Amino acid sequence: MPPMTTTPGGLLLVLAVLVPFVGVLAAFALGGRNAQRVAMGTMLAGLGIAIAVAAAVARSGDALVYLLGGWGVPLGIALRADGLAVVMILAVAVVIVGIGAYARADFGTPPGVREARAPLVFWTLLLAIWGSLNLVFVSGDLFTLYVALELLTFAAVPLVSLDGRAETLRAALRYLLYALLGSILYLLGTVLLYGVYGTLDIALLAARVQPEPATLAAAALMTAGLLAKTALFPLHLWLPPAHAGAPPAASAVLSGLVIKGSWFLVVRLWFDVFPDVVTAPSAQLLAGLGAAAILVGNVVALRQARLKLMVAYSTVAQIGYLFLMFPLALDPASARLEGGGALAGGMMHAVSHATAKAAMFMAAGVIYAALGHDRIAGLAGIGRVLPVSVLAFTLGGVSLIGLPPSGGFLAKWLLLAAAVATGQWWWAAVMLVGGLLTAGYVFLVLARALASGAEAPALRAPIPRSQEAVALALALGSMLLGLVAFTGVHLLGIGR
Amino acid sequence: MTDAATLFGLLAAALVGIGLYALIVNPQPLRKIVAFNVVGNGVFMLFGAIAHRGAGSGWGGDPVPQALLITGLVVAFPASALAIALLLRLHDVAGSATLATDAPAPVSPDGKAADA
Repeated sequence: MPPMTTTPGGLLLVLAVLVPFVGVLAAFALGGRNAQRVAMGTMLAGLGIAIAVAAAVARSGDALVYLLGGWGVPLGIALRADGLAVVMILAVAVVIVGIGAYARADFGTPPGVREARAPLVFWTLLLAIWGSLNLVFVSGDLFTLYVALELLTFAAVPLVSLDGRAETLRAALRYLLYALLGSILYLLGTVLLYGVYGTLDIALLAARVQPEPATLAAAALMTAGLLAKTALFPLHLWLPPAHAGAPPAASAVLSGLVIKGSWFLVVRLWFDVFPDVVTAPSAQLLAGLGAAAILVGNVVALRQARLKLMVAYSTVAQIGYLFLMFPLALDPASARLEGGGALAGGMMHAVSHATAKAAMFMAAGVIYAALGHDRIAGLAGIGRVLPVSVLAFTLGGVSLIGLPPSGGFLAKWLLLAAAVATGQWWWAAVMLVGGLLTAGYVFLVLARALASGAEAPALRAPIPRSQEAVALALALGSMLLGLVAFTGVHLLGIGR
Repeated sequence: MTDAATLFGLLAAALVGIGLYALIVNPQPLRKIVAFNVVGNGVFMLFGAIAHRGAGSGWGGDPVPQALLITGLVVAFPASALAIALLLRLHDVAGSATLATDAPAPVSPDGKAADA
């Protein structure tokens, strides 16, 4: 392998991480109303940087690399953006900007007050989550990834308990305890790897790892820790109360984006560090947990009486799809993980779920604010008074179900094709049953919302049209994401 | 005969094991936080053992694990602080510091009971 050097445009990666964190510091230092202004400015800059990174990678056809301080690996630390990282950076930037636009109505500092706690915390932590996620995507070594993961946790946990009620504090504490368990297991695995191979750089490790007991133990510890953070069944118990109890804009961030950070790290580990080490049974186990998540999450979602809890349990199920790709990517001939159609399907699912789930939580938030409750039984006739939100919720749901031309359709198409090509029909069956169950709870809401005989409910509060518009825009984005099949999928393979 | 690095490595493994057991079986959040710190100390001790084992000639230890260890401590400290802060606030608001959802939720008893 040629020694890595900083590529032209490599500085963009530093900016992608640094700009949100500079925003955090500025927002915190200036405080009050200025926090929101800083956040808005940072979002515009960050979106521009994300687009520039994608353009640079697409133009050069190779990964962007930046060596911090000019020190080469293994002494120094490299930031590296391949196709996977670029796709995630772009998706996160779009969703964060959408969430920022949505949250303006909920987290404005009230007039006459110099500074309010919830808005200040929300805007600073939103930027912190963004910077941490970008760091997760571009980090080239396992310890930097650990720090990024911890930053992500510290930024995400307080968002759960923004309203300060006992119920949400409990949910936040439970989330934090799961996350701490996960990160300490990850760190333990990292130490073991350093002890055996003397490096934590992903590219160097990939060339050195051997299937020996210490490596397997490290891989198992790190994966288990990350599963706890990603809330894969059966480690999902913290997720529904945390995601359903948070304010809608925070739920959209947590459910759409934050869980993707630790999931992305599992992908990095399995595909980039341990592709030769992972065994077929372990990949089947991961997908088996995913299948259990799909079935249990969907069935429990169907039984929920409240809309936000239903959407949260739907996240539990959708996380399952993210793990189905591992055995499908296993090349039967070489017994090695190959990043082909299955990996593209998994990535596509992550992006499509990020946009769709953010839109659904936003729509659920609008409905909650308008009615003063989110009991599904009490939604009759809501389609007549909040048509845009119901449409956004439905389009998001349709993308989760996987109808064309949605991103969910393309993701499932790629995963199904990989399942057929590798002869693993049982995962195809799980995907189809999961799609049916998802359709069940989406239609359950839709049937209530569009009930013809029902009297339209009175709205308790006026709804900002901008919030409905943002939810619809993200849902439409998820709906049309499948069209990138014609142009954008090759981006994923760059630099791999 | 075992050398010092092996001995410390084994002790580190024991600490991790004890901490994980306590983290999983103890229902009280404060004990869970303490248990997390026990696991953390085990991991940091392992860092030390590996630094000692990887020492070059004329060095007391491999400096990389030492640098990582310090960063790890810096990260583990705010983690515990954040957990304790949440716990204290929970105690102030709810009057108790347990994770169990004692009262059934007003709107959906079945949905909440599944999470307890």
